[in-house]
Amino acid sequence: MSGDRMKKTPGSKEKAAVFVARKRNFTIAFLGVFAVFIISSLATGYDVAGGFAAVPKAVHWMASNFVPDEKAWSRLPNILAKLIETAFLSVAVTVCAAVCAFFFGLPGTRTLKLNPWVGRAVRIIAAFFRNVPDVVWAMLLLFSFGQNILTGFFALFFYTFGILTRTFIETVDEVSADCIEALHAAGAGDLQTVFQGILPSSMPEILSWILYMIETNIRNSTLIGILTATGIGYLFDLYYKRMDYASAGLVVLSVVLLVIAIELLSNQIRKVIL
Amino acid sequence: MSVLEFQKVSKLYNNVTQALTEVSFRVDEGEIVSVIGPSGSGKSTVLRCINRLVDVTQGSILFDGRDITRVGKKEIRQLRKKIGMIFQHYNLVNRLSVIENVLHGRLGHKSALSGAAGYFTEQEKENAFCLLERLGLTEQAYKRCDELSGGQKQRVGIARSLMQEPRLILCDEPIASLDPSSSKVIMDYLSDINKTMKITCIFNLHQVDVAMKYSGRIIGLTSGRIVFDGPPDRLSKAKIHEIYQSNEGELITDVG
Repeated sequence: MSGDRMKKTPGSKEKAAVFVARKRNFTIAFLGVFAVFIISSLATGYDVAGGFAAVPKAVHWMASNFVPDEKAWSRLPNILAKLIETAFLSVAVTVCAAVCAFFFGLPGTRTLKLNPWVGRAVRIIAAFFRNVPDVVWAMLLLFSFGQNILTGFFALFFYTFGILTRTFIETVDEVSADCIEALHAAGAGDLQTVFQGILPSSMPEILSWILYMIETNIRNSTLIGILTATGIGYLFDLYYKRMDYASAGLVVLSVVLLVIAIELLSNQIRKVIL
Repeated sequence: MSVLEFQKVSKLYNNVTQALTEVSFRVDEGEIVSVIGPSGSGKSTVLRCINRLVDVTQGSILFDGRDITRVGKKEIRQLRKKIGMIFQHYNLVNRLSVIENVLHGRLGHKSALSGAAGYFTEQEKENAFCLLERLGLTEQAYKRCDELSGGQKQRVGIARSLMQEPRLILCDEPIASLDPSSSKVIMDYLSDINKTMKITCIFNLHQVDVAMKYSGRIIGLTSGRIVFDGPPDRLSKAKIHEIYQSNEGELITDVG
């Protein structure tokens, strides 16, 4: 009986149609993803079954080779020294890039209403820096700086700068729009608005992004260190090429522990500032 | 003497949306004027044209006898110094203390550097505390703004605008987010400020009954045109329905 009434209600047909359409869209999306997977597997000659079958073997090999042994532990002080160097580099890079990105990004915000053409240029430049991967930056800069810690510094700097400029623009537009309007209405100038309104109101989000980029940069600097022959990445490369897998394993382990430690620490800091 | 005069002001957003069409009215010194009208009728645009948060497309706005629609950036700052503004969402810097937010009202009077560094004179600080006392916020002076209730936040907003020593205060939906008792407190403060300090007030309001009770004059806007301009006692029920383009029994004011 209730079913009868349902049928009679105007619009119940449309309602049913909405759900049918949703089901159909999900099915199409699923089949689409599956098709893309099949096509790309065929194109690259990737053997799914073989790939998964190789996992246990790989794990076994890593477990028997990468476990740090006596000799590896004796290298710990050396590894820790390089690890600290890498960590400090990441912090320095991120802080420098953050300060530059904040001020560079200000004309890019919509709420501060500086010159719209400059704003567009800022967003394009930031997109460029962001979309060139840090490893590519490192390879390009190797030509001008050589295998030097500066190369790693600038590679990470450019990439971080690109990402933070964009996120800071979005943060300011989102968090500070109201107080920017109020300060402008009170006759405050742009410099005053930045220091009295934008910075205090968006500081927690900005710090949170900086912490996140420090974590990311420690991870990335390991990879870049392999290219630029500096920091912990160099050490890993060195041990790995000498087939001293136990020491290389210890390097990886120390990096993982450091990243986890930094993450825990920054979570604590976030709790305090937010 | 008129403080403010709109002369055939029109505003087009993005060359398509007609927000205001030939709006003309005058506001005299010491008046309380309320602008009412449905959402999207251009109330906020009217207020924001006055302090140039929005630029008009056509017509002119005289403030103190000077056309302010074409003035440059420097003069806009001079203009905004004399015009306070209060917002529906208070628009405070929530992570700063009450007293810091009140002092923000002085930024327009300071040099760029001393304002940016947050350097304020003893006199300014004393004035800020006086205003807080007047608005009953002495105990909240050092609290962070996000610890305050809505009514308290709006009072901070009022104190901030008073710090400017303004001639005119623009109130954009000042009580739209407040409960009835805080609304009354806020409206009473504003009407008291109007009487004792002789500051002209222009309100945007959704509450017709509040507008009729507190203001000396009401302007009714419907899709960017003025359809009513006169004292509250001349605002008939039929006129209210014309402003809101509604039929008898469709408005909340028709209930009870």
